[in-house]
Amino acid sequence: MTETSPAPVRDDPGWRDDEVAAIELTGVQKSYQAYGETVMAVRGVDLAIHEGEFFSLLGPSGCGKTTTMRMIAGFEEPTAGAVFLHGDDVTGVPANKRDVNMVFQSYALFPHMSVFENVAFGLRRRKVAKAEIAARVGEMLEIVDLTGREKRRPSELSGGQQQRVALARALVNRPRALLLDEPLGALDLKLRQAMQVELKRIQREVGITFVYVTHDQSEALTMSDRIAVMNDGRIEQLGSPRGIYERPASRFVAGFIGTSNLISGEVAEIAAGEAVVEYGGGRVVVPAGDGAALAAGDRVELTVRPEKIEICTARPERGSMVRATVSEVVYLGTSTSYIVTTAAGDDVTVFTQNATSAEDVAVRGDQVWLSWEPRHSYAIGAA
Amino acid sequence: MRRVKGVLAPYLLILPGGLWLAVFFAVPLVFMASVSLMTGNLIDGFTMTWHWQNYADGLDVYGDKVVRSLWYGLLATAACIALAYPAAYWIAFRGGRHKSTWLFMLLLPFFVSFVLRTIAWKLVLTDQGPVLGPLKSWGLLPEGFHILDSGFAVVSGLTYNFLPFMVLPIYVALERVDHRVIEAAYDLYAGRFEAFRRVVLPLSLPGVFAGVIMTFVPVTSDYVNASVLGGPGNTMIGNVIQTEYFTNSEYATASALSFTLMALLLLGIFAYARALGTKDVLEAAGR
Repeated sequence: MTETSPAPVRDDPGWRDDEVAAIELTGVQKSYQAYGETVMAVRGVDLAIHEGEFFSLLGPSGCGKTTTMRMIAGFEEPTAGAVFLHGDDVTGVPANKRDVNMVFQSYALFPHMSVFENVAFGLRRRKVAKAEIAARVGEMLEIVDLTGREKRRPSELSGGQQQRVALARALVNRPRALLLDEPLGALDLKLRQAMQVELKRIQREVGITFVYVTHDQSEALTMSDRIAVMNDGRIEQLGSPRGIYERPASRFVAGFIGTSNLISGEVAEIAAGEAVVEYGGGRVVVPAGDGAALAAGDRVELTVRPEKIEICTARPERGSMVRATVSEVVYLGTSTSYIVTTAAGDDVTVFTQNATSAEDVAVRGDQVWLSWEPRHSYAIGAA
Repeated sequence: MRRVKGVLAPYLLILPGGLWLAVFFAVPLVFMASVSLMTGNLIDGFTMTWHWQNYADGLDVYGDKVVRSLWYGLLATAACIALAYPAAYWIAFRGGRHKSTWLFMLLLPFFVSFVLRTIAWKLVLTDQGPVLGPLKSWGLLPEGFHILDSGFAVVSGLTYNFLPFMVLPIYVALERVDHRVIEAAYDLYAGRFEAFRRVVLPLSLPGVFAGVIMTFVPVTSDYVNASVLGGPGNTMIGNVIQTEYFTNSEYATASALSFTLMALLLLGIFAYARALGTKDVLEAAGR
């Protein structure tokens, strides 16, 4: 994987030919020596981030997302590959000379300084004139809604306020890109949701490229323009939130993003661009040309999202139809969640919106048919 | 009954320590304070006469020793900071897995008697000893050169003997500095020196502050180093008090001098705390 070229990164149709990426990584690898063994934290990452984009690195802990971000910031140097900021190769340039700023996971505010001094720190290091420092810090504190708290110490602020100081401290320098390392991880759910909206608003307001590291898939889906899903030191899939959710490229992505049902069966026939897969006494229809071309006789693994499935009492006329028994019904208010066991023995989750009906469509023990449209399931590989 | 116990618990917890301090600290202190205002001698006995003149007389005769003690105290404390800070910094940030080993090595001299250690210095530094002897015979130092019986020897000995009291609090303060905060400084365009100057140093100042108090007070009132290494010309106030009390049996004078020293040290420490022990100082250091 060392010989990955920067080219595939730009395959994305969103790229203009002459566009300079705000951040570009080519063939970036990072390994550590730990107890005499070589640990590969990042196994080869290629990516390019648009100017002004809200880009997320999403993945479970240990997937290499934080290491990747630290290499962009300059806290770690790649073992192989190169990091470009606005077309300039910054590999080997120390963090204090890179025009990016970071919001740390636990904020890492300077505990001995007031809010004002924390925010002014970067400007003072850059020898900005006093009057301009005061103006810019004041303006930034206004954006993050902390006006009037300039003299407080970080320890005298709530978690959400500290978070906004950390944001202001980075943004006041008008960096070419802002790196955020799980910045909302320490906040409670309500505050986290409020801050997600807030972050998005601030990003639009300042127009700076945001690179956001998170393990929280809903956070990434909510805020990002594009997401790179990472696993085991590699990017598994890179795309828009909708693209990644609707068309997961691998079993890992399907499982990591939202709830996904995985079933497998044998391709019985290919007809009119659709593959019919035998499954548990019924059949699942998928687009045949999707990803790897399918042929009759292939065993394939398929995904379908729970909200795409419809529960029917009669055998559906067309599309996928799977015979199943309802084994659990969970009423959730806005929706009802069903766990059904298919004739092949898999447990499948189905979400039904409670928009009109006041009653559940099925009860525990009912024999039902599951149905969904062909475009809602994807073959993600050979089973 | 349980409720009564609950209410009493804090007082019961403080009782042993409180009693200990009362019997062995407060009572002798009051006793010595009253002695410092008595007149008399060993044969006729001492009587309480509220003789405040003891203080004025003490300062009159030994004022220069008091000043010298404070001066040596300041010098040794400054030398301790200069030696301890880099050592503590190195152990805290570069000590790796062997941090406790390095700390233990710093504390190792503590396992040898204080007096013995100082006498060992005397043996090492004598005019024809293992250090000066060869240097003189090679002609690198003049024959008359000596280290012992000098203020330099006393301050060096004091620095050596009290160094761990400075290293430990500084080490603890440095150890507590969050590495991500230092990274944040780098991220915000601070170079290595700036990051140290604006972030690490201010955050470690409370440790320096504690170290100064823990060394300055015992160093200033020390008498062992001056008597072993200093010779007759470099006596400190601790030596005077010791001689007055144990040799001359001038209990009143010795007590008055002790309280004078205590008052000066307390004043010094409070002034120091007022000036440097505030959050604003740390912020000013970081600005």
